[in-house]
Amino acid sequence: MNHDPSKTSHYIGNQYYADLVQNYSDWQGDDNEISDPILRESCRRFLEKEARLLESDRHDDWLGLYAPECLYWVPASVGGGDPRKEVAVAFDDRRRLEDRVFRLQNEYAWSQQPISRTVRLVSNVTVFACDEPSIVMVRSNFLITEFQAGDKRSYTGWSGHRLQDRDESWQILVKQVNLIDCDQNLRNPSIIL
Amino acid sequence: MPDFNHLIQEDRVHRDLYTDENIFKEEMRKIFGAVWVYLAHESQIPENDDYIMSKLGLRPIIVTRDSGGTLRALYNRCTHRGATVCRKEQGSTKAFACPYHGWTFLNSGKLSGVPWPEGYADDFSDAKFNLAQVPRVQSYRGFIFGTLNLDAPSLEDYLGPARTPVDQWLDRHPGGKVAISNANRLKFSGNWKLAYDNSADGYHVIFSHRSLLAMENRLLTEDEKGMAFYKDKPDEAPMYVQYFGNGHHFKDKRPNIENRPGALWEIEGPHPGMEGYEEDLRARLGDKADRVLDIASSEPVNINIFPNLLILGNHIQVLQPVSMTETDTTWYGTAVIDEDNELEGAVDDVNAIRMRTQEGFPNFGEVDDLMNFEQIQEGLAAEEDEWVYMHRGLGVEGRITTDENGVITGPATDEVFMREYMKEYKRLMLSEPELKIEREVT
Repeated sequence: MNHDPSKTSHYIGNQYYADLVQNYSDWQGDDNEISDPILRESCRRFLEKEARLLESDRHDDWLGLYAPECLYWVPASVGGGDPRKEVAVAFDDRRRLEDRVFRLQNEYAWSQQPISRTVRLVSNVTVFACDEPSIVMVRSNFLITEFQAGDKRSYTGWSGHRLQDRDESWQILVKQVNLIDCDQNLRNPSIIL
Repeated sequence: MPDFNHLIQEDRVHRDLYTDENIFKEEMRKIFGAVWVYLAHESQIPENDDYIMSKLGLRPIIVTRDSGGTLRALYNRCTHRGATVCRKEQGSTKAFACPYHGWTFLNSGKLSGVPWPEGYADDFSDAKFNLAQVPRVQSYRGFIFGTLNLDAPSLEDYLGPARTPVDQWLDRHPGGKVAISNANRLKFSGNWKLAYDNSADGYHVIFSHRSLLAMENRLLTEDEKGMAFYKDKPDEAPMYVQYFGNGHHFKDKRPNIENRPGALWEIEGPHPGMEGYEEDLRARLGDKADRVLDIASSEPVNINIFPNLLILGNHIQVLQPVSMTETDTTWYGTAVIDEDNELEGAVDDVNAIRMRTQEGFPNFGEVDDLMNFEQIQEGLAAEEDEWVYMHRGLGVEGRITTDENGVITGPATDEVFMREYMKEYKRLMLSEPELKIEREVT
């Protein structure tokens, strides 16, 4: 049966969780690194585009970078943990990601009044091959500076993007955001990382 | 000494309660020293020799289950020069060795070794060299509390009528227990009481959480999910707020929901995986699926144990003052453990749903409250504008009742729970408790 992942959540289940944990274990081996400069450059440009869309609050366009059955995952434990047994800072399937964007666009989301300004640096982009030829895993470091109501703060860490090659571009299957302080108390973590 | 009779009045409290450094310092003694303070959950230290770091007010504490199985709250402070002896959040060990000069203490607090003792004239069996510890540590059904006050009532008496909803909250789970998983950890730039004031507040819900209510119902034609029952006339709904004494209060939203299996699940907002798991569980368990799905759903209660333990939904939320204007609010997620297979093999699925339901509120609700708490702290910078009002319901005929046990009940948006806990706060701040540490290891 076909389900619209924007309306109902069927794809997050035991198989999905098992694959997710598997796909995000031991994927950064030196042997798997892809040195092809063209591929690496296209991944780097894609991540920079993602950062640019978020910096300019183009959240709907940002959602367009994601596959219909996608995941935005900010673990609350170092190394990711097992989301079947642990809560995450964020674990958004397609519908929840659209919920998140809906709320950010709602003028009564007080944690984002005023709306934060952000600048996002993305670097150390490294591309890794995985078992499926049309999919790559990308590690990148990030530094996000957030300014809101006179207060400047930052988020830093690294991301693991699982990207699917699609129509000459990339589509995000999973974005895992690993904050260096993911297991600490965070102040107003309401922006998208 | 501030004049607490002036600062806390029947209908209002003074801004100093939230902005005066001296009052904060006194609170760390007279409240976070003299009453039973929540320290940790037994599921975090299930085996002998397990430990977890905590705080008693600002005092660094190691909660241990020592090698003999006794629960202890040791001061994380070397008796030699004061360095912390434990620097890892959580773990298992029989002894803590101070990284500075190597003094070593058993997990009971007893000094077990000093490097090159021949350089000392002392007898190290003197208890004064053992780690200090909290003299009274006790667990109520897994919730570990400690106090430095030998005159405090027993923990059971301290909890008083609040034990009933705590029992009910636990007993809806197989085996009458839960285990802490990990946490959504948040903090805000504001006084800790701003969070405690809010914890049974039914008045703020549709305003502070307006974006959450809109979000949870965006795919529906009528608002029916989550806290939609606060809309229209919440005071006429069957939910209510109660004050139990000793600063504890309670908001019970369960009466809004039909008392039948599956009713709780039906009002859950959208969460990742819920439809897929639901179909699967219904196919496997038939009629029993409703009860199982209810356990994955958020329990509509707020049980607030003064001063720092807030049990709500499926969360164990802990308030930790950091300074007068900084507070950590840690939302521990809880998992179901099903030793007797009451859930017929569904426990892992229940937890997989439950982790997602638990992420919802911290992500999309709490952040808005915390912004409002921070903005109260901003507003209270206005020195000449002295008063904070909490008088909703006061003097309104027929709104508040008191039963034979002294439990006070009002409509869900009533601020009676704030006024009552502030009376207890005043009593504590006017008292002169004698705080004691223990060093003898028994």
